[in-house]
Amino acid sequence: MTEVPSYIKEKKVIRQQYFLRGNAACPGCPIPKELDLLLEVMGKKTVLVVPASCSTVIMGDIHGSPSTVPVVHSAFASAAAIASGLSRQLKMRGEDAKVVVWAGDGATGDIGFATVSGAAERNEDILYVCYDNEAFMNTGIQRSSLTPYGAWTTTTPAGKREFKKPLPFIMMEHKIPYVATASIAYPFDYQAKVKKAKDIQGFRYIHLLSPCPPGWRFDSSLTIEVAKLAVETGIWPLFEVINGEFQLTGISKVLLDKSKRKPITEYLKLQGRFSKMSEKDIKVMQDAVDAMWDYIAELVKR
Amino acid sequence: MIDYPVPLGRPKIGSSGLTGHWRLMRPEIDYSKCTKCRLCVIYCPENTIDLLEGFDVRIDYDYCKGCGVCAQICPQKAIQMVPEVK
Amino acid sequence: MITVQKNVTAMVGNHAVAYAVKQAKPQVLAVFPITPQTTMLEKLAEYIDNGELKAELIKVEGEHSALAAVYGAAVAGARVFTATSSQGLLYMTEMIYWVGGERVPIVNAVATRALAEPWSIWDDHQDFFSKRDASWIMMMAENVQDAYDMTLQAFRISEDKRVILPVMMGFDGFILTHTMERLEILDDETVEKFLPPREFNLIDFNDPVNVGPIAAPDDYMKIKYEAMKAMEGSKEVIEEISKEYERISGRKQYGLIECYECEDADYVFVTAGAWTGDAREAVRRLRNEGKKVGVLKLRVIRPFPKERIKEALKGVQGVVVFDREYSYGYGGILANEIKSAIYNTGIEVMSVIAGIGGKDVRPLHFQKVMEDVLNGEKFEERWLND
Repeated sequence: MTEVPSYIKEKKVIRQQYFLRGNAACPGCPIPKELDLLLEVMGKKTVLVVPASCSTVIMGDIHGSPSTVPVVHSAFASAAAIASGLSRQLKMRGEDAKVVVWAGDGATGDIGFATVSGAAERNEDILYVCYDNEAFMNTGIQRSSLTPYGAWTTTTPAGKREFKKPLPFIMMEHKIPYVATASIAYPFDYQAKVKKAKDIQGFRYIHLLSPCPPGWRFDSSLTIEVAKLAVETGIWPLFEVINGEFQLTGISKVLLDKSKRKPITEYLKLQGRFSKMSEKDIKVMQDAVDAMWDYIAELVKR
Repeated sequence: MIDYPVPLGRPKIGSSGLTGHWRLMRPEIDYSKCTKCRLCVIYCPENTIDLLEGFDVRIDYDYCKGCGVCAQICPQKAIQMVPEVK
Repeated sequence: MITVQKNVTAMVGNHAVAYAVKQAKPQVLAVFPITPQTTMLEKLAEYIDNGELKAELIKVEGEHSALAAVYGAAVAGARVFTATSSQGLLYMTEMIYWVGGERVPIVNAVATRALAEPWSIWDDHQDFFSKRDASWIMMMAENVQDAYDMTLQAFRISEDKRVILPVMMGFDGFILTHTMERLEILDDETVEKFLPPREFNLIDFNDPVNVGPIAAPDDYMKIKYEAMKAMEGSKEVIEEISKEYERISGRKQYGLIECYECEDADYVFVTAGAWTGDAREAVRRLRNEGKKVGVLKLRVIRPFPKERIKEALKGVQGVVVFDREYSYGYGGILANEIKSAIYNTGIEVMSVIAGIGGKDVRPLHFQKVMEDVLNGEKFEERWLND
């Protein structure tokens, strides 16, 4: 066991923690990092609204919380509604504060879908961040509508037959002022999007890829590698839609060219949840990804 | 201080206790190889690598959960995962 | 001598409650329309539109979101209000328990209405009573005047530092919501003094808190114990605020219960809600015939005013409890709560189930049942079903 050099031990820390360490997240879970990056950009005058999800447990209990900003816990389906009320009152009391919903894919695309759609239609002044770990992870890896095709979950042991609900595109069709996708492997791209969203009024939506080591069945050291390959294979396009104008960001900009996209097997082979996929399944998924990029090409042209 | 009959949580480092005890593998930095690129600080999922003056880095072993992301991400392979010796 | 200037008008129940809400000056409202509460929502929207009420009205997409939205606003310091009925109350039940458990002061007006299935828009108390375990203070109005008065008192009770509990005000669907009655309203300045600006707020960026996290079993039970104590303690606060309201309005308010002609009564009706008025009429008729009867009106259902009920029923031979709801496999809810309150006193309790699904109940029904009882016909439970 090597000793840490004494000159290192004596140095002062120059970056504060925005989301405190020593919380209940699994080893390798990107949620604490995602929240730290978010709060660094959003600042002290932020209220987080957290519905039932892994984050509910990560937020600690009455004896201590890792969040350095106020957190209001929410019932599973009602995060966007609680955030609506919060944001209206903060405005009424003349406070220049931001409300951020920090919800998982289950709370956003399944049980809370009506609530999110309602808040988006009313153009409530909230920043809605959906961190997508592609299943109901907190209750033990059951499938959600955002679980991808072919993935193992406890409720789809032979692999999910249905395709992933295209939430970012659905939110885009709500014609809200800002929609973006992000991946934790590209933290500066993520922070830039949060920064842009912060200064826009109205309903802003960020869909963040958040790989889950126990749920996706990969070693906890590969979280960032998996998040990177999702983007490099084109499965997870990085884009933002500002007032209806669609643009790709980061390396996704070059991926319109199919030859630049890595084959999806690079991404699938790292994860145990895809180990039972047949050749046919992989072809179906690859075709779906290519079809999505044809659609993206249309959006870029508009 | 907000006074309220229902108990409220307040910010606390180590809200789940000394999560360093969870480790099976421990990351060790070879400072002779470190180029201060700070990718480990940026990517550590637990925010447990401190950024220091002069852009040096230091792992907070009280809370490091031993996930291994820092070792995997380091471009210089300056971080090794070794078994935690209790 | 203090003289109270009386402003007399006539309003339907829904508008009376809307008027009370306007005078209470809430900051955020979120209401989803449901028969028979819709005209209240429309009136509130009208007040906001013409500037009489300076509030945000969030036109939510469902009742669950309605209570969630006002919860969010209330946590950030707003005085809030929502209203619903039957199916809507059931849909918001998850949030009812959420708000009750977190003890955030919120006022919810419930226009009572029968629950589906079968589908019904008519009045009964099934919806309201189903929420009695959720840690909310629950009051029931007898007439439009009550609905107005109780709404104002509800804001004050919920925000009282000794209480800090949400309050539900139930008033009969169509029977009160859509019926125009004589109404004495307070003037705006009086209400402003009675309802000072709200102090409750949990969002302070200099003291960031975690509102409503997980509680381990030991913590959870402690929290519920405190809620129980607050609920018990609120009995005194409700009576105190009731007296203060009496002073500013010039009208008797009665606190937790009202006993009409109970002092020397042999048999007493026990009711909650609009049909208390019908019971009073029946009592008047029977008293004219020399029969010694009375009616015990429950103004407050939760906290259940056990002590006051026992006091009021001293010396009574029997009670006839009218229930507009039912606990299948057990019996009338109120009847059984009354039974347990006067356990071991020897007072007979007869339970009458009537008006379910909006079936018409008039003074004659009350009168007939009491005449049977006075003729020696005792029963455990009777359904007025023909």
